[in-house]
Amino acid sequence: MRETRGFKLYRGVVLVVLGLFVLIPLYVMATSSLKPLKDVQGAFTWWPSNLRLAPFVDMWKTVPLARYFVNSTIVSVAATVFSVAIAILAAFAVSRFRFRGRTVFTTTVLSTQMFPGVLFLLPLFLIFVNINNSFGVQLVGTRLGLIITYLTFSLPFSIWMLAGYFDSIPRELDEAALVDGCGPMGALWRVVLPAARPGVIAVAIYSFMTAWGEVLFASVMTTEANRTLSVGLRQYSTQTNIYWNQIMAAALVVSVPVVIGFLLAQRHFVAGVTAGAVK
Amino acid sequence: MRLRSLVAAAAAIALGISLAACGGSGDSGDSSGGGSGGDQTLTYWASNQGTSLDNDKAVLTPVLQKFTADTGIKVNLEVIGWNDLQTRIQTATTSGQGPDVVNIGNTWAASLQATNAFLPFDGDAMTAIGGKDKFVPTALATGGKEGTDPTSVPLYGLAYGLYYNKAMFAAAGLQPPKTWEEMVTDAQKLTDPAKKTWGMALAAGSYTENVHFAFINAAQNGADWFDKDGKPTFTGDGNVQGVLRYLDLMQKDKVANPSNAQYDNGTKSVNDFATKEVAMVINQNNADSSIVANGMKAGEYGVVPFPAPQGAAAPVASHVAGINLSIFKNTKHKDAALKFVKYMTDATTQTTLGKPFSSLPVLKDAKPVFTTDAAEAATFADVYNTKSKPLPLVPAEDQFESTVGKAMNSMFAKIATGGSVSADDVKAALKTAQDQVAAGS
Amino acid sequence: MSVATTEAAPAAAAKAAKKTKRGPEHRPGLSRWLPYLLVAPAVLLELFIHIIPMVVGIWMSFVKLTKFFIANWSAAPWAGLGNYKVALDFNNAVGQGLLKSFGVTVAFSLITVALSWVFGMAAAVALQPAFRGRSIVRTLFLVPYALPAYAGILTWNFMLQRDTGVVNHVIVDNLHLTSDRPFWLIGSNALVSLITVATWKLWTFAFLTLMAGLQSIPRDIYEAASVDGAGNLRQWRNITLPSLRPVNLVLVLVLFLWTFSDFNTPYVLFGTAQPPAGDLITFHIYNASFLTWNFGTGSAMSVLLLIFLMIVTGAYLLVTGRKSRRA
Repeated sequence: MRETRGFKLYRGVVLVVLGLFVLIPLYVMATSSLKPLKDVQGAFTWWPSNLRLAPFVDMWKTVPLARYFVNSTIVSVAATVFSVAIAILAAFAVSRFRFRGRTVFTTTVLSTQMFPGVLFLLPLFLIFVNINNSFGVQLVGTRLGLIITYLTFSLPFSIWMLAGYFDSIPRELDEAALVDGCGPMGALWRVVLPAARPGVIAVAIYSFMTAWGEVLFASVMTTEANRTLSVGLRQYSTQTNIYWNQIMAAALVVSVPVVIGFLLAQRHFVAGVTAGAVK
Repeated sequence: MRLRSLVAAAAAIALGISLAACGGSGDSGDSSGGGSGGDQTLTYWASNQGTSLDNDKAVLTPVLQKFTADTGIKVNLEVIGWNDLQTRIQTATTSGQGPDVVNIGNTWAASLQATNAFLPFDGDAMTAIGGKDKFVPTALATGGKEGTDPTSVPLYGLAYGLYYNKAMFAAAGLQPPKTWEEMVTDAQKLTDPAKKTWGMALAAGSYTENVHFAFINAAQNGADWFDKDGKPTFTGDGNVQGVLRYLDLMQKDKVANPSNAQYDNGTKSVNDFATKEVAMVINQNNADSSIVANGMKAGEYGVVPFPAPQGAAAPVASHVAGINLSIFKNTKHKDAALKFVKYMTDATTQTTLGKPFSSLPVLKDAKPVFTTDAAEAATFADVYNTKSKPLPLVPAEDQFESTVGKAMNSMFAKIATGGSVSADDVKAALKTAQDQVAAGS
Repeated sequence: MSVATTEAAPAAAAKAAKKTKRGPEHRPGLSRWLPYLLVAPAVLLELFIHIIPMVVGIWMSFVKLTKFFIANWSAAPWAGLGNYKVALDFNNAVGQGLLKSFGVTVAFSLITVALSWVFGMAAAVALQPAFRGRSIVRTLFLVPYALPAYAGILTWNFMLQRDTGVVNHVIVDNLHLTSDRPFWLIGSNALVSLITVATWKLWTFAFLTLMAGLQSIPRDIYEAASVDGAGNLRQWRNITLPSLRPVNLVLVLVLFLWTFSDFNTPYVLFGTAQPPAGDLITFHIYNASFLTWNFGTGSAMSVLLLIFLMIVTGAYLLVTGRKSRRA
């Protein structure tokens, strides 16, 4: 594309329109979190009448936000690590081996991506309960149940992306490692994985974000003790008041780690998506 | 190589975290507890009756500790918000894994009874908790389908009342209304959109509030929503007119701000009243704590019964609102649970909990303690004991609430966005709701 | 998705000959089982979490599973196709509700995906040549994607309030476009609100993917075209679009499937007060099962939804596969 005057105008328009579209909600979130309660219950003002840090302090008390934070972190990190590990193994198999059932595997795994959550929510719940009754392993109302569920949710996309990424890594690298005396697993560990780092990071980010933001299953599978943030934030509309400023403050605090982590790693995420989706 | 150590570290962390995950899970899902009487632990799910979940816990804990001191039975308490309580009860019923004792909204009683997951209070059980004569009859009637053993007993009573702003009424030279028509004219005199004051605030986007008023208004017209066989009769004239009368507050009488159509719970309309933007609000008696918390002082408002139209068939002023207590049938501690229910419905406990939970007493001859205003206490007691009618005691009650309530949400939305709703429109909407209920049962 | 696997096949076939030249450490027994071992964890998890529950869900759709039987669900009576008949009977309330919800969801999905793609493409093209501050803008544009869904949607809920929200403040108080404060969360505007909120997050994913795709198109093709006298618009039409075709095929399908199954947006935006104009099908089904204890009918509706999505995907892949060189 040549940078003609027409192009510069076009770019300016795009930047302003989309920039405002993205920025205004973020601005509202940030300023509302600094407003006193009266401000957010009355007519909207662009700038707070008093700047208060109180919402950031009070929000921890109105609702057990710290506990939700810890639960979300544990569940998301564990789900991510296991999901990535399992996806790496499966993607390596799909990419490097021609085994019977390979097409069935990939097609089935990919098609689970389109299952509507409501279809298997209750059955999954019932299965968890049955496991508890038969084997004594408690899955409902525990973080373990959520971890297992979330890590499975991100598997299809992760396997697809990683398989594509592995495919773009030349076999010569594997061969070289095998000649050196590693088995196939050694080749994976020593050679393929390091070369696939952007893809692995992309998949890890995707898995983490999927787990961090999931609402439906968290609302059914958790109890107060292991509730995650996605459901916990709804508790701010309590019986006596709707604390919008605290809700915005909490939303901000909850988002900052995820956004910063994502932005730091976005280069790898983009590279991973590129190689996975584009050839 | 760096990647390798990174992955190794991540694996170690994940292992550690999953151990934490297995160990740190909440165990409130299980009816735990040992065998013999002295060592038992009951699991109790309480609903949110106070200002916050933590507040409820703080209020209930000393009460439960006294129970443990008296009987040796420990109680494992979890307070659950209204957003989640129904889902939690549902999952407990489905999985067979739940608490021993649970608070339920008393309007759910007949529906929950139909699931067969709750212990019926037959003769023996009733005697064990102190006998059925200790309860206010209308309150006890909410415990289950008519003619059957109830599967829940009343715990906290609540009733609707019409709250009015004394100063605004005095300034306009008005007396608190005794009939529906008076209420409308009073509200119209106090409505001035230019000054941003309105006669009334309605929780017009809350399907639970809307259906309650549909019920009360229809009851005032002498109409019922289900016939003797439990079949829905939503399209009767009394029901249609009752719903229309409530909708007209915003549509024809114009005493409510159209924005009220967005209010999806009673908190918001009570807020408007407490901040003196509206002159009247119809709410259950637990509004007192919100009103005071939001700036109004205790002498500044009064309460009268929710009025019926002149010459109404029945002077119904509220449905029998409140919280009931149920025991899960599959509890492993039946006797302990019965003892607990007896304790919670005892006069002393009721008086202790009446103030923080703003509840009306469910026991005969008990005095309301939720307010120090004697007139207000007397009004609510009168409404609860003599002018209230239970919501339909049929298994499809929950569907009645959601279908009719949501139909009213849509009709309010239509009015608020400039449309109009006629009696025929109301009848058509109620017919759709009726079909949905019939199809679902 | 099929692009990746079909591409790997010719590459693999070419490499198959090299496999026989493995080193002496090659253990035939182990490596025959190795791929199965590698995929085993994924297979087990998929079975456990996706496949088996879905089969149970399908079973539930053939059974009259209401509140009367939920505590003892193995005793629920067989309903055959009864639940499906109820769901598909467009003359009665339940079937009509489902049909309306389906219509709303189709409209919602098509418009949201179209808008998201247009915005994503516009931004990807605009940011393609480097300029000062480009990385800051790119970072900003990715924030909605990185934000947890509920945080963004809660903020929009706050912004769309009639009396206290910024949207009406701008429209009525700042720009004086109208004096009548519109409702955004109830009534017929609810669909517009849904589309806006969903697009706000979705377009950034399209932007991300298209930006990555654009990077892989070699510069010299564009330069050659410029030398030939082609303007920017013609370059976009004749070079960019065709080169991005494989990416776009997958992208549009993924966007559509995600949007059609969106549960978070209506759930967090509207809560319990779901307006009919914004009644998306996943929430409609959730309502029909969890909020009314009618799990049999809800499951039947879920199965119908699944069949629809499978048909759409199949048709889409068929139509696009036929035109693609790699069919």
